[in-house]
Amino acid sequence: MHGWLLLLPAAILLATFTHYPTLATLYHSFFSTAKPSRPSVWVGGDNYRAMVEDPVFWQVLGNNVWFAVGTIPASIALAILMAVWVNGKVAGRGLLRLSFFTPTVLPMIAVANIWLFFYTPGYGLLDQLSGLFGLPSHNWLGTRSTALPCLIVVTIWKEAGFFMIFYLAALQSVSPHLHEAAALMGAGRWYFFCRVTFPLLMPTTLFILINAVINSFRLVDHIVVMTKGGPDNATALLLYYIYDVGFKFWDVGYAAALTLVLLVILAAFAMGQFLFIDRRVHYQ
Amino acid sequence: MSRLGRSLETVGAWLLGLLWALPLAYAIWTAFHPPQFSTRFALWAPLTLQNFAKAWDAAPFARYFLNTTLLVTMILAAQLVLCTLAAYAFARFSFRGREIAFLLVLVQLMIMPDVLIVENYRTMSRLGILDTLGAIGLPYMASAFGIFLLRQTFKTVPKELDEAARVEGAGMLEVLWKVYVPLARPVYVAYALVSISYHWNNFLWPLIVTNSVSSRPLTVGLQVFSSGDQGVDWSIITAATLMTSAPLLVGFLLFQRQFVQSFMRAGIR
Repeated sequence: MHGWLLLLPAAILLATFTHYPTLATLYHSFFSTAKPSRPSVWVGGDNYRAMVEDPVFWQVLGNNVWFAVGTIPASIALAILMAVWVNGKVAGRGLLRLSFFTPTVLPMIAVANIWLFFYTPGYGLLDQLSGLFGLPSHNWLGTRSTALPCLIVVTIWKEAGFFMIFYLAALQSVSPHLHEAAALMGAGRWYFFCRVTFPLLMPTTLFILINAVINSFRLVDHIVVMTKGGPDNATALLLYYIYDVGFKFWDVGYAAALTLVLLVILAAFAMGQFLFIDRRVHYQ
Repeated sequence: MSRLGRSLETVGAWLLGLLWALPLAYAIWTAFHPPQFSTRFALWAPLTLQNFAKAWDAAPFARYFLNTTLLVTMILAAQLVLCTLAAYAFARFSFRGREIAFLLVLVQLMIMPDVLIVENYRTMSRLGILDTLGAIGLPYMASAFGIFLLRQTFKTVPKELDEAARVEGAGMLEVLWKVYVPLARPVYVAYALVSISYHWNNFLWPLIVTNSVSSRPLTVGLQVFSSGDQGVDWSIITAATLMTSAPLLVGFLLFQRQFVQSFMRAGIR
Protein backbone atom coordinates (compact mmCIF):
# COMPACT_ATOMS: atom_id res chain seq x y z
CA MET A 1 0.00 0.00 0.00
CA HIS A 2 2.70 2.45 1.04
CA GLY A 3 4.69 1.29 -1.93
CA TRP A 4 2.00 2.37 -4.38
CA LEU A 5 1.51 5.67 -2.63
CA LEU A 6 5.21 6.47 -2.95
CA LEU A 7 5.14 5.46 -6.56
CA LEU A 8 1.95 7.26 -7.47
CA PRO A 9 3.23 10.74 -8.47
CA ALA A 10 5.91 9.34 -10.76
CA ALA A 11 3.52 6.72 -12.11
CA ILE A 12 0.92 9.30 -13.10
CA LEU A 13 3.46 11.38 -15.01
CA LEU A 14 5.01 8.36 -16.68
CA ALA A 15 1.62 7.07 -17.71
CA THR A 16 0.59 10.46 -19.10
CA PHE A 17 3.76 11.30 -21.00
CA THR A 18 5.26 7.93 -21.91
CA HIS A 19 2.74 5.09 -21.90
CA TYR A 20 -0.33 6.96 -23.06
CA PRO A 21 1.44 8.73 -25.97
CA THR A 22 3.01 5.45 -27.05
CA LEU A 23 -0.39 3.78 -27.30
CA ALA A 24 -1.95 6.92 -28.74
CA THR A 25 0.69 6.93 -31.47
CA LEU A 26 -0.38 3.47 -32.51
CA TYR A 27 -4.06 4.40 -32.34
CA HIS A 28 -3.75 7.70 -34.22
CA SER A 29 -1.63 6.13 -36.91
CA PHE A 30 -4.84 4.50 -38.17
CA PHE A 31 -6.63 7.83 -38.52
CA SER A 32 -6.51 10.50 -41.17
CA THR A 33 -5.37 13.98 -40.30
CA ALA A 34 -8.24 16.31 -39.45
CA LYS A 35 -8.81 19.10 -41.97
CA PRO A 36 -11.04 22.16 -41.57
CA SER A 37 -13.57 20.62 -43.95
CA ARG A 38 -13.27 17.01 -42.80
CA PRO A 39 -12.72 15.62 -39.29
CA SER A 40 -10.27 12.81 -38.57
CA VAL A 41 -11.62 9.41 -39.65
CA TRP A 42 -10.48 5.79 -39.39
CA VAL A 43 -8.44 4.95 -42.48
CA GLY A 44 -7.00 1.61 -41.46
CA GLY A 45 -3.52 1.07 -42.91
CA ASP A 46 -3.66 4.03 -45.30
CA ASN A 47 -0.95 5.99 -43.49
CA TYR A 48 1.33 2.97 -43.59
CA ARG A 49 0.56 2.38 -47.24
CA ALA A 50 1.42 6.01 -47.95
CA MET A 51 4.62 5.56 -45.98
CA VAL A 52 5.76 2.55 -47.99
CA GLU A 53 5.11 4.52 -51.17
CA ASP A 54 6.77 7.69 -49.86
CA PRO A 55 10.25 7.93 -51.40
CA VAL A 56 11.24 10.52 -48.80
CA PHE A 57 10.56 8.04 -46.00
CA TRP A 58 12.94 5.51 -47.52
CA GLN A 59 15.51 8.18 -48.19
CA VAL A 60 15.29 9.39 -44.60
CA LEU A 61 15.62 5.86 -43.27
CA GLY A 62 18.64 5.33 -45.51
CA ASN A 63 20.14 8.62 -44.32
CA ASN A 64 19.72 7.48 -40.76
CA VAL A 65 21.50 4.22 -41.44
CA TRP A 66 24.37 6.07 -43.14
CA PHE A 67 24.46 8.56 -40.31
CA ALA A 68 24.75 5.71 -37.79
CA VAL A 69 27.38 3.89 -39.86
CA GLY A 70 29.32 7.12 -40.32
CA THR A 71 29.27 8.28 -36.73
CA ILE A 72 29.38 5.20 -34.53
CA PRO A 73 32.49 3.20 -35.55
CA ALA A 74 34.52 6.38 -35.99
CA SER A 75 33.56 7.88 -32.65
CA ILE A 76 34.12 4.57 -30.85
CA ALA A 77 37.56 4.13 -32.41
CA LEU A 78 38.50 7.69 -31.55
CA ALA A 79 37.13 7.26 -28.05
CA ILE A 80 39.34 4.23 -27.45
CA LEU A 81 42.36 6.06 -28.81
CA MET A 82 41.66 9.08 -26.62
CA ALA A 83 41.12 6.94 -23.55
CA VAL A 84 44.34 4.99 -24.07
CA TRP A 85 46.28 8.24 -24.51
CA VAL A 86 44.71 10.03 -21.59
CA ASN A 87 45.15 6.96 -19.41
CA GLY A 88 48.82 6.57 -20.39
CA LYS A 89 51.85 8.67 -19.67
CA VAL A 90 51.39 11.31 -22.36
CA ALA A 91 52.59 14.73 -21.25
CA GLY A 92 49.78 17.16 -20.43
CA ARG A 93 47.05 14.54 -20.32
CA GLY A 94 44.90 16.73 -18.05
CA LEU A 95 44.67 19.30 -20.83
CA LEU A 96 44.05 16.61 -23.40
CA ARG A 97 41.19 15.16 -21.40
CA LEU A 98 39.74 18.63 -21.07
CA SER A 99 39.98 19.18 -24.81
CA PHE A 100 38.36 15.84 -25.65
CA PHE A 101 35.54 16.08 -23.14
CA THR A 102 34.50 19.74 -23.51
CA PRO A 103 32.30 19.22 -26.62
CA THR A 104 30.12 16.91 -24.52
CA VAL A 105 29.13 19.73 -22.21
CA LEU A 106 28.24 22.18 -24.96
CA PRO A 107 24.66 22.33 -26.23
CA MET A 108 24.34 20.60 -29.60
CA ILE A 109 22.74 23.75 -30.94
CA ALA A 110 25.77 25.84 -29.93
CA VAL A 111 28.10 23.28 -31.46
CA ALA A 112 26.06 23.37 -34.66
CA ASN A 113 26.29 27.15 -34.81
CA ILE A 114 30.06 27.07 -34.46
CA TRP A 115 30.47 24.40 -37.13
CA LEU A 116 28.02 26.17 -39.41
CA PHE A 117 30.54 28.97 -39.58
CA PHE A 118 33.29 26.48 -40.42
CA TYR A 119 31.34 25.18 -43.37
CA THR A 120 30.18 28.56 -44.70
CA PRO A 121 31.15 28.82 -48.36
CA GLY A 122 33.60 31.57 -49.22
CA TYR A 123 34.79 32.76 -45.86
CA GLY A 124 34.30 29.76 -43.54
CA LEU A 125 37.41 28.18 -42.08
CA LEU A 126 37.17 25.08 -44.25
CA ASP A 127 37.01 27.09 -47.45
CA GLN A 128 39.84 29.34 -46.29
CA LEU A 129 42.00 26.28 -45.65
CA SER A 130 41.19 24.71 -49.00
CA GLY A 131 41.78 28.14 -50.54
CA LEU A 132 45.37 27.99 -49.29
CA PHE A 133 45.87 24.96 -51.47
CA GLY A 134 44.28 26.72 -54.40
CA LEU A 135 41.07 24.66 -54.31
CA PRO A 136 37.82 26.33 -55.38
CA SER A 137 35.15 27.36 -52.90
CA HIS A 138 32.68 24.63 -52.02
CA ASN A 139 29.18 24.80 -50.58
CA TRP A 140 29.73 22.06 -48.02
CA LEU A 141 26.24 21.97 -46.52
CA GLY A 142 24.44 22.87 -49.73
CA THR A 143 25.74 19.96 -51.80
CA ARG A 144 23.99 16.63 -51.61
CA SER A 145 27.16 14.58 -51.47
CA THR A 146 28.92 16.51 -48.72
CA ALA A 147 26.07 17.68 -46.47
CA LEU A 148 25.53 14.44 -44.53
CA PRO A 149 29.27 13.76 -44.07
CA CYS A 150 29.58 17.30 -42.67
CA LEU A 151 26.92 16.52 -40.05
CA ILE A 152 28.62 13.22 -39.31
CA VAL A 153 31.89 15.01 -38.55
CA VAL A 154 30.12 17.36 -36.14
CA THR A 155 28.48 14.43 -34.35
CA ILE A 156 31.75 12.52 -34.05
CA TRP A 157 33.39 15.61 -32.61
CA LYS A 158 30.62 15.96 -30.06
CA GLU A 159 30.31 12.30 -29.05
CA ALA A 160 33.81 10.80 -29.04
CA GLY A 161 34.81 12.56 -25.82
CA PHE A 162 31.66 11.37 -24.12
CA PHE A 163 32.38 7.75 -25.01
CA MET A 164 36.01 8.27 -23.99
CA ILE A 165 35.14 8.54 -20.31
CA PHE A 166 33.48 5.11 -20.28
CA TYR A 167 36.59 3.59 -21.80
CA LEU A 168 38.71 5.52 -19.34
CA ALA A 169 36.75 4.01 -16.47
CA ALA A 170 37.15 0.55 -17.97
CA LEU A 171 40.88 1.01 -18.58
CA GLN A 172 41.43 2.10 -15.02
CA SER A 173 39.95 -1.16 -13.83
CA VAL A 174 42.36 -3.25 -15.94
CA SER A 175 44.75 -4.87 -13.49
CA PRO A 176 48.36 -3.59 -13.69
CA HIS A 177 49.51 -7.18 -13.16
CA LEU A 178 48.40 -7.95 -16.69
CA HIS A 179 50.80 -5.31 -17.96
CA GLU A 180 53.62 -6.75 -15.91
CA ALA A 181 52.91 -10.29 -17.04
CA ALA A 182 52.80 -9.20 -20.66
CA ALA A 183 56.02 -7.23 -20.28
CA LEU A 184 57.73 -10.30 -18.81
CA MET A 185 56.70 -12.32 -21.82
CA GLY A 186 57.98 -9.60 -24.09
CA ALA A 187 54.61 -8.70 -25.62
CA GLY A 188 54.60 -5.45 -27.55
CA ARG A 189 52.11 -2.70 -26.79
CA TRP A 190 50.09 -3.27 -29.91
CA TYR A 191 49.94 -7.00 -29.26
CA PHE A 192 48.92 -6.34 -25.68
CA PHE A 193 46.17 -3.98 -26.81
CA CYS A 194 44.74 -6.41 -29.35
CA ARG A 195 44.94 -9.49 -27.18
CA VAL A 196 44.28 -8.15 -23.69
CA THR A 197 42.94 -4.60 -23.49
CA PHE A 198 40.49 -4.67 -26.37
CA PRO A 199 38.75 -7.91 -25.31
CA LEU A 200 38.49 -6.54 -21.77
CA LEU A 201 36.84 -3.42 -23.17
CA MET A 202 34.23 -5.46 -25.02
CA PRO A 203 31.37 -5.01 -22.50
CA THR A 204 32.00 -1.25 -22.54
CA THR A 205 32.02 -1.25 -26.32
CA LEU A 206 28.68 -3.05 -26.47
CA PHE A 207 27.17 -0.68 -23.96
CA ILE A 208 28.40 2.34 -25.91
CA LEU A 209 27.35 0.82 -29.21
CA ILE A 210 23.73 0.48 -28.17
CA ASN A 211 23.61 3.94 -26.68
CA ALA A 212 25.23 5.39 -29.78
CA VAL A 213 22.65 3.74 -32.01
CA ILE A 214 19.80 5.10 -29.90
CA ASN A 215 21.43 8.54 -29.97
CA SER A 216 21.72 8.47 -33.73
CA PHE A 217 17.95 8.14 -33.95
CA ARG A 218 17.23 10.67 -31.24
CA LEU A 219 19.50 13.65 -31.85
CA VAL A 220 18.43 16.03 -34.59
CA ASP A 221 19.19 19.45 -33.07
CA HIS A 222 22.12 20.05 -35.41
CA ILE A 223 19.95 19.38 -38.44
CA VAL A 224 17.52 22.12 -37.46
CA VAL A 225 20.41 24.57 -37.21
CA MET A 226 22.65 23.52 -40.06
CA THR A 227 20.63 22.17 -42.98
CA LYS A 228 16.93 21.86 -42.13
CA GLY A 229 17.09 18.44 -43.70
CA GLY A 230 18.22 19.78 -47.07
CA PRO A 231 19.42 19.83 -49.76
CA ASP A 232 16.64 17.62 -51.17
CA ASN A 233 16.25 15.77 -47.87
CA ALA A 234 19.86 14.62 -48.10
CA THR A 235 20.38 15.25 -44.39
CA ALA A 236 16.91 14.56 -42.98
CA LEU A 237 16.94 11.85 -40.31
CA LEU A 238 13.83 9.98 -39.19
CA LEU A 239 13.04 12.12 -36.14
CA TYR A 240 13.64 15.28 -38.15
CA TYR A 241 11.23 14.04 -40.80
CA ILE A 242 8.64 13.38 -38.08
CA TYR A 243 9.15 16.94 -36.87
CA ASP A 244 8.74 18.23 -40.42
CA VAL A 245 5.60 16.20 -41.16
CA GLY A 246 4.06 16.78 -37.73
CA PHE A 247 4.82 20.44 -37.15
CA LYS A 248 5.34 22.03 -40.55
CA PHE A 249 2.80 20.17 -42.68
CA TRP A 250 0.66 19.35 -39.60
CA ASP A 251 -0.04 15.90 -41.03
CA VAL A 252 -0.38 14.28 -37.61
CA GLY A 253 -1.82 10.99 -38.87
CA TYR A 254 1.20 10.33 -41.04
CA ALA A 255 3.53 11.65 -38.33
CA ALA A 256 2.03 9.06 -35.94
CA ALA A 257 2.77 6.25 -38.40
CA LEU A 258 6.35 7.51 -38.78
CA THR A 259 6.74 7.79 -35.00
CA LEU A 260 5.64 4.20 -34.64
CA VAL A 261 8.43 3.09 -36.95
CA LEU A 262 10.91 5.03 -34.82
CA LEU A 263 9.49 3.47 -31.64
CA VAL A 264 9.85 -0.01 -33.06
CA ILE A 265 13.46 0.66 -34.03
CA LEU A 266 14.29 2.06 -30.59
CA ALA A 267 12.50 -0.79 -28.83
CA ALA A 268 14.45 -3.35 -30.84
CA PHE A 269 17.77 -1.84 -29.83
CA ALA A 270 16.71 -1.33 -26.24
CA MET A 271 15.74 -5.00 -26.06
CA GLY A 272 19.25 -5.81 -27.14
CA GLN A 273 20.60 -3.63 -24.39
CA PHE A 274 18.26 -5.19 -21.87
CA LEU A 275 19.42 -8.68 -22.75
CA PHE A 276 23.00 -7.53 -22.68
CA ILE A 277 22.73 -5.88 -19.26
CA ASP A 278 21.05 -9.02 -17.99
CA ARG A 279 23.98 -11.07 -19.18
CA ARG A 280 26.51 -8.76 -17.62
CA VAL A 281 24.76 -8.99 -14.28
CA HIS A 282 24.97 -12.78 -14.41
CA TYR A 283 28.63 -12.73 -15.24
CA GLN A 284 29.57 -10.48 -12.35
CA MET B 1 58.20 -0.01 -28.14
CA SER B 2 60.94 2.41 -29.03
CA ARG B 3 61.45 5.95 -27.77
CA LEU B 4 60.60 7.17 -31.25
CA GLY B 5 57.28 5.38 -31.11
CA ARG B 6 56.47 7.00 -27.80
CA SER B 7 57.22 10.49 -29.00
CA LEU B 8 55.25 9.89 -32.18
CA GLU B 9 52.34 8.90 -30.00
CA THR B 10 52.66 12.04 -27.90
CA VAL B 11 52.65 14.11 -31.05
CA GLY B 12 49.59 12.25 -32.29
CA ALA B 13 47.77 12.75 -29.02
CA TRP B 14 48.50 16.45 -29.09
CA LEU B 15 47.46 16.86 -32.70
CA LEU B 16 44.13 15.23 -31.94
CA GLY B 17 43.79 17.34 -28.80
CA LEU B 18 44.42 20.52 -30.78
CA LEU B 19 42.02 19.45 -33.49
CA TRP B 20 39.38 18.85 -30.83
CA ALA B 21 39.97 22.20 -29.18
CA LEU B 22 40.03 24.08 -32.47
CA PRO B 23 36.29 24.73 -32.96
CA LEU B 24 35.84 26.17 -29.49
CA ALA B 25 39.07 28.13 -29.66
CA TYR B 26 37.97 29.54 -32.99
CA ALA B 27 34.59 30.51 -31.55
CA ILE B 28 36.28 32.26 -28.65
CA TRP B 29 38.59 34.09 -31.05
CA THR B 30 35.69 35.28 -33.17
CA ALA B 31 33.57 36.34 -30.23
CA PHE B 32 36.26 38.47 -28.59
CA HIS B 33 37.49 40.28 -31.70
CA PRO B 34 35.93 42.89 -33.98
CA PRO B 35 34.04 41.44 -36.98
CA GLN B 36 36.81 42.22 -39.46
CA PHE B 37 39.02 39.70 -37.64
CA SER B 38 36.42 36.95 -37.52
CA THR B 39 37.90 35.22 -40.53
CA ARG B 40 41.40 36.57 -40.29
CA PHE B 41 44.00 35.60 -37.75
CA ALA B 42 46.28 38.38 -36.50
CA LEU B 43 48.07 37.96 -33.21
CA TRP B 44 47.65 41.60 -32.16
CA ALA B 45 44.05 42.05 -33.18
CA PRO B 46 42.30 44.21 -30.60
CA LEU B 47 40.18 42.41 -28.01
CA THR B 48 36.62 43.56 -27.55
CA LEU B 49 33.45 42.77 -25.65
CA GLN B 50 31.34 44.65 -28.20
CA ASN B 51 29.98 41.45 -29.77
CA PHE B 52 28.59 40.31 -26.46
CA ALA B 53 27.03 43.68 -25.78
CA LYS B 54 25.44 43.77 -29.23
CA ALA B 55 24.08 40.24 -28.89
CA TRP B 56 22.71 41.00 -25.45
CA ASP B 57 20.89 44.06 -26.81
CA ALA B 58 19.64 42.41 -29.97
CA ALA B 59 17.53 39.71 -28.30
CA PRO B 60 15.90 39.23 -24.88
CA PHE B 61 18.70 37.00 -23.61
CA ALA B 62 18.13 38.05 -20.02
CA ARG B 63 14.64 36.62 -20.23
CA TYR B 64 15.92 33.47 -21.93
CA PHE B 65 18.49 33.00 -19.16
CA LEU B 66 15.75 33.38 -16.58
CA ASN B 67 13.52 30.88 -18.42
CA THR B 68 16.25 28.28 -18.72
CA THR B 69 17.27 28.70 -15.08
CA LEU B 70 13.68 28.33 -13.91
CA LEU B 71 13.10 25.38 -16.23
CA VAL B 72 16.21 23.50 -15.19
CA THR B 73 15.56 24.13 -11.49
CA MET B 74 11.93 23.12 -11.75
CA ILE B 75 12.70 19.90 -13.61
CA LEU B 76 15.53 18.95 -11.28
CA ALA B 77 13.50 19.63 -8.12
CA ALA B 78 10.57 17.58 -9.39
CA GLN B 79 12.85 14.79 -10.57
CA LEU B 80 14.64 14.57 -7.23
CA VAL B 81 11.42 14.31 -5.25
CA LEU B 82 9.53 11.97 -7.59
CA CYS B 83 12.46 9.68 -8.30
CA THR B 84 13.43 9.45 -4.64
CA LEU B 85 9.92 8.39 -3.62
CA ALA B 86 9.54 5.92 -6.47
CA ALA B 87 13.02 4.47 -6.01
CA TYR B 88 12.34 3.99 -2.30
CA ALA B 89 9.15 2.13 -3.13
CA PHE B 90 10.96 -0.17 -5.56
CA ALA B 91 13.95 -0.75 -3.30
CA ARG B 92 12.31 -1.38 0.05
CA PHE B 93 8.60 -2.14 -0.29
CA SER B 94 6.91 -5.22 -1.55
CA PHE B 95 3.57 -4.59 -3.14
CA ARG B 96 1.41 -6.28 -5.74
CA GLY B 97 2.62 -5.67 -9.27
CA ARG B 98 6.00 -4.27 -8.26
CA GLU B 99 7.93 -6.14 -10.94
CA ILE B 100 5.53 -5.13 -13.70
CA ALA B 101 5.49 -1.54 -12.48
CA PHE B 102 9.28 -1.47 -12.58
CA LEU B 103 9.35 -2.82 -16.12
CA LEU B 104 6.81 -0.16 -17.10
CA VAL B 105 9.12 2.47 -15.65
CA LEU B 106 12.05 1.10 -17.61
CA VAL B 107 10.08 1.53 -20.83
CA GLN B 108 10.96 5.21 -20.65
CA LEU B 109 14.64 4.36 -21.02
CA MET B 110 13.99 3.29 -24.59
CA ILE B 111 11.03 5.47 -25.47
CA MET B 112 12.29 8.82 -24.33
CA PRO B 113 10.02 11.87 -24.33
CA ASP B 114 12.28 13.25 -27.07
CA VAL B 115 10.64 11.02 -29.68
CA LEU B 116 7.01 11.29 -28.54
CA ILE B 117 6.77 14.87 -29.72
CA VAL B 118 3.61 14.54 -31.77
CA GLU B 119 1.39 12.97 -29.10
CA ASN B 120 2.83 14.96 -26.23
CA TYR B 121 2.14 18.14 -28.15
CA ARG B 122 -1.45 17.02 -28.52
CA THR B 123 -1.66 16.41 -24.76
CA MET B 124 -0.17 19.79 -23.90
CA SER B 125 -2.56 21.52 -26.23
CA ARG B 126 -5.49 19.67 -24.66
CA LEU B 127 -4.27 20.68 -21.19
CA GLY B 128 -4.12 24.23 -22.49
CA ILE B 129 -0.54 24.77 -21.35
CA LEU B 130 1.25 25.15 -24.68
CA ASP B 131 3.94 27.80 -24.63
CA THR B 132 4.64 27.53 -20.90
CA LEU B 133 7.67 26.32 -18.99
CA GLY B 134 5.48 23.62 -17.45
CA ALA B 135 4.80 22.14 -20.87
CA ILE B 136 8.54 21.89 -21.56
CA GLY B 137 9.28 20.26 -18.24
CA LEU B 138 6.37 17.91 -17.54
CA PRO B 139 7.36 14.98 -19.79
CA TYR B 140 10.78 14.81 -18.15
CA MET B 141 9.85 15.08 -14.49
CA ALA B 142 9.31 11.39 -13.82
CA SER B 143 12.65 10.09 -14.99
CA ALA B 144 13.09 6.33 -15.39
CA PHE B 145 16.81 6.88 -15.40
CA GLY B 146 16.69 8.66 -12.02
CA ILE B 147 14.41 6.03 -10.51
CA PHE B 148 16.67 3.26 -11.72
CA LEU B 149 19.84 4.96 -10.50
CA LEU B 150 18.44 5.70 -7.03
CA ARG B 151 16.84 2.29 -6.66
CA GLN B 152 20.22 0.66 -7.23
CA THR B 153 21.75 2.91 -4.60
CA PHE B 154 18.99 2.49 -2.03
CA LYS B 155 19.29 -1.27 -2.36
CA THR B 156 22.88 -1.10 -1.11
CA VAL B 157 21.81 0.61 2.12
CA PRO B 158 22.03 -1.99 4.94
CA LYS B 159 18.57 -3.02 6.13
CA GLU B 160 19.82 -2.80 9.74
CA LEU B 161 20.15 0.98 9.46
CA ASP B 162 16.59 1.18 8.25
CA GLU B 163 15.31 -1.03 11.06
CA ALA B 164 17.31 0.77 13.73
CA ALA B 165 15.76 4.06 12.68
CA ARG B 166 12.29 2.54 12.77
CA VAL B 167 12.86 1.11 16.23
CA GLU B 168 13.64 4.63 17.37
CA GLY B 169 10.21 5.61 16.15
CA ALA B 170 11.02 7.25 12.82
CA GLY B 171 8.22 7.19 10.26
CA MET B 172 8.52 5.97 6.69
CA LEU B 173 9.40 9.32 5.15
CA GLU B 174 11.64 10.22 8.05
CA VAL B 175 13.70 7.07 7.48
CA LEU B 176 13.95 7.94 3.82
CA TRP B 177 15.07 11.47 4.58
CA LYS B 178 17.48 10.68 7.42
CA VAL B 179 18.96 7.36 6.32
CA TYR B 180 18.67 6.84 2.59
CA VAL B 181 19.01 10.32 1.13
CA PRO B 182 22.25 11.22 2.99
CA LEU B 183 23.85 7.92 2.00
CA ALA B 184 22.99 8.44 -1.66
CA ARG B 185 24.49 11.92 -1.84
CA PRO B 186 27.16 11.23 -4.47
CA VAL B 187 24.52 9.70 -6.70
CA TYR B 188 22.31 12.74 -6.28
CA VAL B 189 25.20 14.99 -7.29
CA ALA B 190 25.91 12.86 -10.33
CA TYR B 191 22.28 12.76 -11.35
CA ALA B 192 21.84 16.50 -10.82
CA LEU B 193 24.82 17.37 -13.01
CA VAL B 194 23.64 15.11 -15.81
CA SER B 195 20.09 16.42 -15.56
CA ILE B 196 21.18 20.05 -15.54
CA SER B 197 23.39 19.66 -18.59
CA TYR B 198 20.74 17.69 -20.40
CA HIS B 199 17.97 20.19 -19.87
CA TRP B 200 20.13 23.27 -20.29
CA ASN B 201 21.01 21.89 -23.72
CA ASN B 202 17.66 20.39 -24.70
CA PHE B 203 16.30 21.89 -27.88
CA LEU B 204 13.78 20.08 -30.08
CA TRP B 205 10.89 19.68 -27.62
CA PRO B 206 11.18 23.25 -26.28
CA LEU B 207 11.33 24.47 -29.88
CA ILE B 208 8.04 22.72 -30.60
CA VAL B 209 6.03 23.75 -27.53
CA THR B 210 7.14 27.36 -27.18
CA ASN B 211 6.51 30.31 -29.42
CA SER B 212 6.99 33.39 -27.32
CA VAL B 213 9.77 35.17 -25.49
CA SER B 214 8.17 34.53 -22.12
CA SER B 215 8.65 30.75 -22.29
CA ARG B 216 11.55 30.21 -24.66
CA PRO B 217 14.68 28.68 -23.13
CA LEU B 218 18.15 29.81 -24.18
CA THR B 219 18.69 27.14 -26.82
CA VAL B 220 15.52 28.07 -28.67
CA GLY B 221 16.18 31.78 -28.15
CA LEU B 222 19.63 31.35 -29.65
CA GLN B 223 18.20 29.55 -32.67
CA VAL B 224 15.55 32.23 -33.22
CA PHE B 225 18.22 34.90 -32.91
CA SER B 226 20.83 33.34 -35.17
CA SER B 227 18.42 32.29 -37.90
CA GLY B 228 16.86 35.75 -38.07
CA ASP B 229 16.42 37.27 -41.50
CA GLN B 230 18.17 40.51 -40.63
CA GLY B 231 21.53 38.87 -41.33
CA VAL B 232 23.27 39.16 -38.01
CA ASP B 233 27.02 38.96 -38.42
CA TRP B 234 29.02 35.97 -37.31
CA SER B 235 30.93 37.61 -34.49
CA ILE B 236 27.67 38.44 -32.77
CA ILE B 237 26.16 35.01 -33.32
CA THR B 238 29.29 33.39 -31.96
CA ALA B 239 29.23 35.69 -28.96
CA ALA B 240 25.61 34.74 -28.32
CA THR B 241 26.47 31.07 -28.74
CA LEU B 242 29.26 31.27 -26.19
CA MET B 243 27.10 33.30 -23.86
CA THR B 244 24.38 30.66 -23.81
CA SER B 245 26.82 27.83 -23.13
CA ALA B 246 28.96 29.84 -20.69
CA PRO B 247 27.35 28.80 -17.38
CA LEU B 248 27.76 25.11 -18.17
CA LEU B 249 31.20 25.60 -19.63
CA VAL B 250 32.47 27.58 -16.64
CA GLY B 251 30.87 25.11 -14.25
CA PHE B 252 32.57 22.30 -16.12
CA LEU B 253 35.97 23.98 -16.02
CA LEU B 254 35.65 24.57 -12.28
CA PHE B 255 34.33 21.13 -11.37
CA GLN B 256 35.87 19.05 -14.13
CA ARG B 257 36.44 15.99 -11.98
CA GLN B 258 32.89 15.92 -10.65
CA PHE B 259 31.46 16.33 -14.15
CA VAL B 260 33.49 13.50 -15.62
CA GLN B 261 32.78 11.23 -12.68
CA SER B 262 29.08 12.06 -12.75
CA PHE B 263 28.73 11.28 -16.44
CA MET B 264 30.65 8.07 -15.86
CA ARG B 265 28.60 7.02 -12.86
CA ALA B 266 25.37 7.88 -14.58
CA GLY B 267 26.28 5.93 -17.68
CA ILE B 268 27.67 2.78 -16.17
CA ARG B 269 24.93 1.69 -13.83
